[in-house]
Amino acid sequence: MATSHAEHHDHHEMSFWEKYIFPLDHKVIGMQYLFTGILMGVLGAYFSYVFRMQLAFPGTEVPLFGLVTSAQYNSLITNHGTIMIFWFAMPILVAAFGNYLIPLMIGADDMVFPRINRLSYQIFFISVLVLIASFLVHNGGFGGAWTAYPPLSAKAEYNLTPWGSILWLVAVVLEFVAFLLGGINFITTLMNSRARGMKMNDIPIVCWMIVLASILFMASAGPLIAGAAMLLFDQTIGTGFFDPARGGDPILWQHLFWFFGHPEVYVVFLPAMGIVAEVITTFSRKKLFAYKVVLFTTFATGILSFFVWAHHQFIAGIDPRLANIFTVTTLLISIPIAEMLFVYIATLYGGAIELTTAMLFALGFLATFLIGGVTGVFLGASGADIYFHDTYFVLAHFHYTFVPIAVIAVFAGLYYWFPKMFGRFMNETLGKIHFWGTMIGFNGIFMPLFFTGAAGDHRRIFDYSNFPELAVSSLQNLRTLATICVVITILFQFVFFWNFFYSMFKGKVCTEKNPWKANTLEWFAASPPPHGNFPVMPEVYRGPYEFSTPGRELDYWPQNEKA
Amino acid sequence: MAGHVDHHHGAEGHHDSGHGPSFYVKIYAILMVLFIISVLGPEFGHRTVTLITAFGIAIVKAYMVAVNFMHIRQEKKYIAYIMFAMLGAVFLFYIAVSTDVQMTTGANWENHAAKSIIEENKDFEKHLEH
Amino acid sequence: MGHSTPIATTRSVTGMPTGRLAVWWVIGSEIVIFGGLLMCYLMLRLKYPHWALNSSHTNTFAGGVNTFVLLSSSLSIVLAHHYAEKKEELKAVGFIWATIFGGLCFLVIKGIEWTTEIQNGYTITSSLFWSFYYTAAGLHALHVIAGMILMGWISIDVMQKKNMHRVELIGIYWHFVDIVWIFLFPLLYIAK
Repeated sequence: MATSHAEHHDHHEMSFWEKYIFPLDHKVIGMQYLFTGILMGVLGAYFSYVFRMQLAFPGTEVPLFGLVTSAQYNSLITNHGTIMIFWFAMPILVAAFGNYLIPLMIGADDMVFPRINRLSYQIFFISVLVLIASFLVHNGGFGGAWTAYPPLSAKAEYNLTPWGSILWLVAVVLEFVAFLLGGINFITTLMNSRARGMKMNDIPIVCWMIVLASILFMASAGPLIAGAAMLLFDQTIGTGFFDPARGGDPILWQHLFWFFGHPEVYVVFLPAMGIVAEVITTFSRKKLFAYKVVLFTTFATGILSFFVWAHHQFIAGIDPRLANIFTVTTLLISIPIAEMLFVYIATLYGGAIELTTAMLFALGFLATFLIGGVTGVFLGASGADIYFHDTYFVLAHFHYTFVPIAVIAVFAGLYYWFPKMFGRFMNETLGKIHFWGTMIGFNGIFMPLFFTGAAGDHRRIFDYSNFPELAVSSLQNLRTLATICVVITILFQFVFFWNFFYSMFKGKVCTEKNPWKANTLEWFAASPPPHGNFPVMPEVYRGPYEFSTPGRELDYWPQNEKA
Repeated sequence: MAGHVDHHHGAEGHHDSGHGPSFYVKIYAILMVLFIISVLGPEFGHRTVTLITAFGIAIVKAYMVAVNFMHIRQEKKYIAYIMFAMLGAVFLFYIAVSTDVQMTTGANWENHAAKSIIEENKDFEKHLEH
Repeated sequence: MGHSTPIATTRSVTGMPTGRLAVWWVIGSEIVIFGGLLMCYLMLRLKYPHWALNSSHTNTFAGGVNTFVLLSSSLSIVLAHHYAEKKEELKAVGFIWATIFGGLCFLVIKGIEWTTEIQNGYTITSSLFWSFYYTAAGLHALHVIAGMILMGWISIDVMQKKNMHRVELIGIYWHFVDIVWIFLFPLLYIAK
C-alpha cells in the first residue's frame, strides 16, 4: 500500500540541459559539486607542486610553470590554502557527499528544496569563476595568505594585487552564501524527510555528521560575513574598519576570521569521521562501538569548537588572560576527539576485517589523523606556541589533519560508494597501489616538515637562502625530500584518476544493489539509483549498524528488512 | 495520493489559536505605546533612563513581536532554543573579543592609536547640542 | 520545466511543515550575521565615547518614523497571514501589498535621510562611526528590499489561491527584519 514515486513525477523526457546542466536531482547536483571540487583540488595541488619546487630548488625554473617570483609565491600559497579548504574539502565532503547520500540514506526521493539546491550549486559555480578571474587580472591573484589579515589584505599599496584581493574576497563570500543555502536544505531534509520508522538513533552517522557540520557552519559564518563586508569596504572605498589610525583594529578581523575559522575545521572533520564510520562498520562486520556516545561526543565537540578559536592568535597581541582561557579550552577539546578515535578503534577490535581499498583508506585516516591530532596539543599550549607559531610545525600539524580529512577519507568514501554511484566497480589492485603510494608519499611530505618547523623554519617564506641559520644543508635536504614526495604523491593520483574514470565506463558491472552487504538504505536503491531513488519508499525497522547479530544466519541486517 | 508510508498531512501548525485581527491590533497598540516611551526616554538626558527606555524597551518589543507575531511559542520548543543558541554565539563573540577590541589597555598591552584618538576627542561633550 | 514537489518536501517527521522549519533556520543564520556586525559596532561605540557626537547628527526623527513604519508593516503582514489562513485571498494580497508599501516608505525615508547626511558631509568614510552606520543600516535595507521582492512574488501565487502557506513564511522573515531595526535604532541613533 506504499506510494509509488511514479505517480508524483512528470513523465516527460528531460533534455541534456535539464538533466546535467540545470539539474534538480540531488544526485546530479552532488556530482556537479564532486567534479568541480576534484578539478579545484587538482588546481590547488598544482599550486603546491609549484611552490614546493621553488622551496626545494630556489630560483630555478619550475617545469610546467616557469620562474617563481616572490609575489607569485605568495599568491600560490594563499590560493592553495583557500582553494583546498573552500573549493575542495567543503564541496566534496559536505556538498557532494551530503547531496548524494542524505536523501538516499534516509529513504527519501530528493532534498526538500531541489530548486534551492540547484541555486546553491549555481552560486558556488559563480564563486569558482570569480576566483579564477582573480588569477587573471592585473598583478594576479591575492597573496595575503588565506587568513587575509589587514592591513595587508585591505590596502592595495601593501598587497600589490588591487583586483586580485577584491575578487578573492567576493569569491569567498559567494561560496559562503552557497553553503548557507545548501546547509538549510540538508538540515531540513534530515529533520523532516526521514523514512517511516527511522528514529533519531537510526540515522547513519555520516548523515548526522554532515548536518551537524552544516549547523556549525551556519552558526559561525555570520561574524565573518559581516567582517568580509567590512574588509571589502576597506579595500574598495577606503573605510577604516581595520585601520588603527582611524579607530579600527586589525585584531578585530582576526577574531572575526577565527571565530569562524576554528569551527570550520570541524565542519570538514565531522563528515570525514562520518564516512570513515560507514566504511569501518561495513568492512569489520561490526556495530559502531557506541552510537550514542559518538553522537553526544560530536555535539560536545561542536559546542566546544566555538570556545577555542583564539589559539590561532596566541602571539598576535591578544590579551594574555584570554590566551590562558583558550589554552584550557583547546586542550579540553582534544579529549572528545581522541575519545571518538578510540570508539572507532573499538569498533574495529575483534571484527572480521576486509581490507578493501576503501577500508585501507579508512584505516589510513585513523592512523594519520591521530598524528595530526596529538601534534595539535603542542600548539594548543600557549607557552609552546610562542615558539611554534608560524613555523612549519603548525603547517605539518594541520596537513596531518586536513589531508586525512579532505583526501584520505574522501578516497575511502569514493571507493566505497563508487559501485552505487556508477553501477560499476573500481579496480581493487589499482586501488591498493594508489593507497600505498598516497600514504607513503603523504607521510614523506609532511613528516620532515615537523622537523624543519621545530628547527625554526618560518611559514610563508619564499626562499630560505635569505635566512642564514635556516639555509643549512640538513634542513634544505628535508625540504627537498618533502618536495620530491609531493611529486611522487601527485604522480600516484594519476593511478586513481585512471581507475576512477575508466571504471566509470568500462569497470566490472555491479549488478547487485548491495555489493558490500551493508545495512543502510542507499544500498537498496538500484546501482545507480534512478530519478526518485526508490520505486517503493522504504520503511525502517532498526539501526544502521546491525552487523553480526548473534543468532542470525547472515552477518548483516538491513534497516528496511521487515524481521 | 498519500500512502500510509508518507507523512503528507502530519504537519500543520495551528497558528490561528483564536488570534483574530483585533488581537494583533491590540499588540500593535502596546508596541506603539512602548515605542513612544522609548523615544521620549532619552530626552530626559539621564543615562540610566535612556538605557532602560531605549534598550530595555527594544528587548520587550522584540519579545512581543517574536511571541505574538512570529508565534514562536506555538512552534516546537527547540526552535526557540536554536534562536537562543545563535544569540549565545553572538554574545560569546562579544564577550571574548571585547577584551581586545573594546579595551584600550590590558594585561601588558596598550593601544596607543586608540588612546590618542580618544585623547584628541576628549572635549566632545562641549559640542553635543542639547 | 517539468518539476513536481518531491515526496521529501511533504514529509514532516518533526510535525513542522518543511518550509517553516527552513525559514527558522534562515533566521538563525541571519541572527549571527547581524549580531556579529552589531557586536563589532557596540565594542567600538563603547570604546569611543566621542561617537556620541556623531550619533547626535543622525536624524532621530527619521529613524523614529521608520521604526513606526516597520512596526506597522509587521502588523499588516501578520494580518495578511491571518487572512491567508482563512483563504481570503483578496484581503491577504491587500495586506501583503500594504506591507510592501511600508517597506517602500522605509526606503524612501532612508533615502532622504542619507542624502541629507551625505550632503552635510557625513559619508561612509567620514569616520568609523559613519562607516558602521551605513554598513549596518545598508545591510538591513538590502534585507528590506529582498523581503519586498519575495512578498511581491508570493502575492502573485496567493491571488490564485496557491501556496498560501508562504505568507506566513515571508511574515516570519519580515518580523525578523523588523526586530533587527528595533535594535538598530537605539544603537545607531541614540546619542546620550
